[in-house]
Amino acid sequence: MIPGTFEYYRPSDLSEAIKLLTTHGDDARVMAGGHSLIPMMKLRMADIPHLVDLQDIDALRGIEVDGDAVRIGAMVTQHELIADEALFKAAPIIREAALQIADPQVRYVGTVGGNVANGDPGNDMPGLMQCLDAVFSVHGPDGERDIPAREFYEAAYFTAREDDEVLTAVSFKPQSGGYAYEKQKRKIGDYATAASAVLIAKDGATCSSASIAMTNLSDTPIYSQAASDALIGSDLGPDAVSAAVDAALGEIDPAEDGRGPVEFKKHVAGVILRRAIERAVSRA
Amino acid sequence: MSKMHIKMTVNGKQVETLAEPRELLIHVLRERLDITGPHIGCETSHCGACTVDMDGKSVKSCTVFAAQANGADVTTIEGLGGPDNLHVLQEMFKEHHGLQCGFCTPGMITRAHRFLQENPDPTEEEVRFGMAGNLCRCTGYQNIVKAIMAAASEMNAAKEAAQ
Repeated sequence: MIPGTFEYYRPSDLSEAIKLLTTHGDDARVMAGGHSLIPMMKLRMADIPHLVDLQDIDALRGIEVDGDAVRIGAMVTQHELIADEALFKAAPIIREAALQIADPQVRYVGTVGGNVANGDPGNDMPGLMQCLDAVFSVHGPDGERDIPAREFYEAAYFTAREDDEVLTAVSFKPQSGGYAYEKQKRKIGDYATAASAVLIAKDGATCSSASIAMTNLSDTPIYSQAASDALIGSDLGPDAVSAAVDAALGEIDPAEDGRGPVEFKKHVAGVILRRAIERAVSRA
Repeated sequence: MSKMHIKMTVNGKQVETLAEPRELLIHVLRERLDITGPHIGCETSHCGACTVDMDGKSVKSCTVFAAQANGADVTTIEGLGGPDNLHVLQEMFKEHHGLQCGFCTPGMITRAHRFLQENPDPTEEEVRFGMAGNLCRCTGYQNIVKAIMAAASEMNAAKEAAQ
């Protein structure tokens, strides 16, 4: 399996990369770790005459954690996310989710930017970033703009990023309270049959904030405000958890594929949501 | 499309070759550099038979363009040991029957080598998780795990003896 021919570029700064995208339009694509793009090119499902490798752009690297803000460069790998202790303290849900992505070899190379920008509903980081209410920074010929993760995904592989823009970083506020990323998959390395990211904070015995998002249960990640609302103000007891699960299930639209028929996926989604909420509550 | 000069350090030696950008690292290693230790199994980044070490990371060389590896430091199974000077991992795979048909073995050992650099004293569960990107079609996992656990002990004993 060998891809079609292409010209290869490895710019050392962002403006050079954006210039290549502007010059070549639809014929150019940027590549981060390449572990989604290269398989598509090998299958000849993606034809990219001008391939722009981002590996030499230092501005896209690094994890910055200060008091009330976390910023992760787009080229930070899953392996680096898992290893970073400051990030683990600020948002432990990231390590929990990243450990469930693919396998060790893929995590050394796969990046957070590639994972969120790709637009594949099977990717785990988009739902996670919606749960964290993250913001994606994109740079294009007209400068930088920020797009909330909850407004970024339009349909499978269609996002709010324009073709001549490069996603450069994800940012969010450090989390407090309980967390869980729960994922059902057929085997290590598979995409989720269903996955859910949950954050829960308590004030005494009462839920003071909640955020629930889901992976691979529609053609985009799903953030469920209704599920979050079902928990906020509640005692987080069995009735409230069931109400949240029901609300979340009302927002998904899974498609039948090799991972199972629609009814099965809805069933698995219910199990995963309940586990994720209960685990987040136990840690809150 | 024109070919490009690819310069890499492979198993400690500087190499230079001409390749099209679309050529995968595994193809350049095997066909242009005659380094045939890393195998092509699934060629879809699932099986790990093509695993090599690139700049201190285990990568599946069927999912890396040679152009991306330009300038990289690559180690393959040939760089770990040979018939006359087996690496302790190779020794332990032999000792503990860690291979049956042997097709997955170069990828297994190259991955295990990096894994033990990062986690020199792993539990059996950590070995299984750390080796999750490598498949053995003979399903010989029990002895692969045993061999890696034994290699970790040997390496740690050697380190202690040296101190």
